[in-house]
Amino acid sequence: MHDELWDLSIAHMDCDAFYASVEKRDNPELQDKPVIIGGGKRGVVSTACYIARIRGVRSAMPMFQALKLCPDAVVVRPRMDAYAEASRAVRALMDELTPQIEPLSLDEAFLDLTGTARLHGAPPAIMLARLVKRMKEELGLSGSIGLSHNKFLAKVASDLDKPRGFSVIGKAETVDFLKPKPVRLIWGIGPATQASLDKAGIHTIGDLHRWEKDQLTERFGQTGERLFHLARGEDFRRISPNAPVKSISKETTFFEDTSDPDVLDGHLWRLSEQVSARAKAKDKAGRVVTLKLKTKAFKTITKRQSLHQPTQMADTIYRVARSLYDAAGNTGPFRLIGVGISDLTAAQDADREGDLLDPDACRRANAERATDKIRAKFGTDAIKKGRALR
Amino acid sequence: MKFSIERAVLLKAVAQAQSVVERRNTIPILANVLIEAEGDSVQFRATDLDIEVVDKASAMVERAGATTVAAVTLNEIVRKLPDGALVTLTEDGVKGRLTIEAGRSNFSLATLPKEDFPVMASSDYATNFAAPAPVLRRLFDKSKFAISTEETRYYLNGVYMHVATGEDGPALRCVATDGHRLARIDAALPDGASDMPGVIVPRKTVGELRKLLDDDDMQIAVSVSETKVRFATPNITLTSKVIDGTFPDYTRVIPQGNTRRLEVDASDFAKAVDRVATVSSERSRAVKLSLDEDRLVLSVNAPDSGAATEELAVAYDDERLEIGFNAKYLLEIASQVDRENAVFLFNSSGDPTLMREGNDTSAVYVVMPMRV
Repeated sequence: MHDELWDLSIAHMDCDAFYASVEKRDNPELQDKPVIIGGGKRGVVSTACYIARIRGVRSAMPMFQALKLCPDAVVVRPRMDAYAEASRAVRALMDELTPQIEPLSLDEAFLDLTGTARLHGAPPAIMLARLVKRMKEELGLSGSIGLSHNKFLAKVASDLDKPRGFSVIGKAETVDFLKPKPVRLIWGIGPATQASLDKAGIHTIGDLHRWEKDQLTERFGQTGERLFHLARGEDFRRISPNAPVKSISKETTFFEDTSDPDVLDGHLWRLSEQVSARAKAKDKAGRVVTLKLKTKAFKTITKRQSLHQPTQMADTIYRVARSLYDAAGNTGPFRLIGVGISDLTAAQDADREGDLLDPDACRRANAERATDKIRAKFGTDAIKKGRALR
Repeated sequence: MKFSIERAVLLKAVAQAQSVVERRNTIPILANVLIEAEGDSVQFRATDLDIEVVDKASAMVERAGATTVAAVTLNEIVRKLPDGALVTLTEDGVKGRLTIEAGRSNFSLATLPKEDFPVMASSDYATNFAAPAPVLRRLFDKSKFAISTEETRYYLNGVYMHVATGEDGPALRCVATDGHRLARIDAALPDGASDMPGVIVPRKTVGELRKLLDDDDMQIAVSVSETKVRFATPNITLTSKVIDGTFPDYTRVIPQGNTRRLEVDASDFAKAVDRVATVSSERSRAVKLSLDEDRLVLSVNAPDSGAATEELAVAYDDERLEIGFNAKYLLEIASQVDRENAVFLFNSSGDPTLMREGNDTSAVYVVMPMRV
């Protein structure tokens, strides 16, 4: 048993292949089949279940490529409302453990269980084990837990033994654990930082230990200071459930740089749906839609559009993002694309006005809203799209 | 170049020029006004590459010539000169300076060569006609509030001026919409305009045009091609590129079958809307209209800030109806009504509503309701 198991209290919970798990739960026939969420004409993998992952399918992979690797996969169109609903159910279970929860997206969250042992009569490790057990039994969803002494390490830990993992990183082994790991393990190190670290001869976290704090700061600015501390397993960020959400965004880095408008459009749609689902789960709507593109040369292009009224509709977010993309001109190939909403307001103020020039938009929004309402009242299964019943 | 000109005349011309000039310019010459003196008049020309204004003013020209100076600075100088002053502008060409003298004031401004000034290429105008200033003023004044500012729908960033068949026969028609409200204004088709291609006149051009239309007796010469539009008085010529895009088929948007008729005094209505909207948060100014037998209740319910209701006596004898609108839109369309009562035609709480003045169909407004 781990020496510090009963003392650690910062956790990261990450659902396993969340979208795919929801689909398998709702349609038991899919249980033993490779399942890919995504597709349609948009043609990008959103999530793949573990069976499909064994065959090499990954998120953000073009669908044709995924199907080449896994021709017998069942492709399911994403039902973001169902995922948002499942996310709320998981959140309700977590709420019983601690009020200190910081959700990162629909399927993962940080939990701070410091000082809850007396309340629950059991240390955090036990409570977290019970949480994943209840998730499995009551919601039919599996999750992996990372338990450590700060957010950075908790998140790293939850990824160590997926799926259905429970990993612990104690204070004693933190440095030895980190040293041989590649620097990209550190949160926030993208390809650009990676490239400049490579240039400095920094490949592993251990390499960072050879640098003084001043040297890192001089060379990498603020990131340098962060790297210095994170390399030593020091992360001073607190779990802040009430930190006001300023924006909601999703981005994806491609396997291969692309300038194919169809592929990019597919990603835009998928990301818009995810942003919308998160906005709905948080009861937020955004007044500004942002499109982010990163070119092959690591140049970041950001375009934003203020909306006439706040929105949380996937359809609206997608349409605005798409027009921003069109206006940006195709200056690809791109290595990353992202969609976000900001200038957030309460959901009640959102999408209240229709568009004279697009009467269908109103109908689509009404349908989306009606579905959400019925599901909220009678559960996720109350309404299913025709294809889910086949 | 050397000429003398009366301060008021100069100010009018320079003011017009500097309003066309973009405030933030990457190309220095575009911040300048081109001054050309010849015969007994001086021309002031300014452009932002999309719009060009040429203003001709009479002056005592001593020495013909041309130069360019910063439009905004020149305007500021002239504005601050005392009324009635005689202003002398001199450019000796060597020092690259324009001197401005009035009484005991003396200014010297840097110039840029006139050769660098971009003069807008002339266009073959397929259609030329004359329209009285009040007619154009009504067409654009009543439609411009609905112009969209959304850059992604650039084809809505202007007024669509075209020939259409109105209630009283062929019409010169202006339409603007931002997808939330729409204005459709008709005027009798002037002679010679029937072949005019439909053009989207950009928002900024509409603003500049307004300055030409103050004089009620003026006939405005209008020239239209596929790519440009020109409005001219004897002294001022405004040329503008039109928006290169297709204006959407707005006719589908105008409801034909709305039967629930509300008639209300526009000014009372606007004031009541304005009052109840006060309590609402700035971001979602939704006003609910509850209609019942000759009774209209306006209400705003903003959970965070408060609530308000106001009752108005109106003419309405249809079924009960509750419908919500953005307060700003209601105010804007109500303020277009200046002679008779405002007539609203509703269908359901989710459908576009039509508004007009009495039974006058030459100015029709459509507004999209809001969920309340």
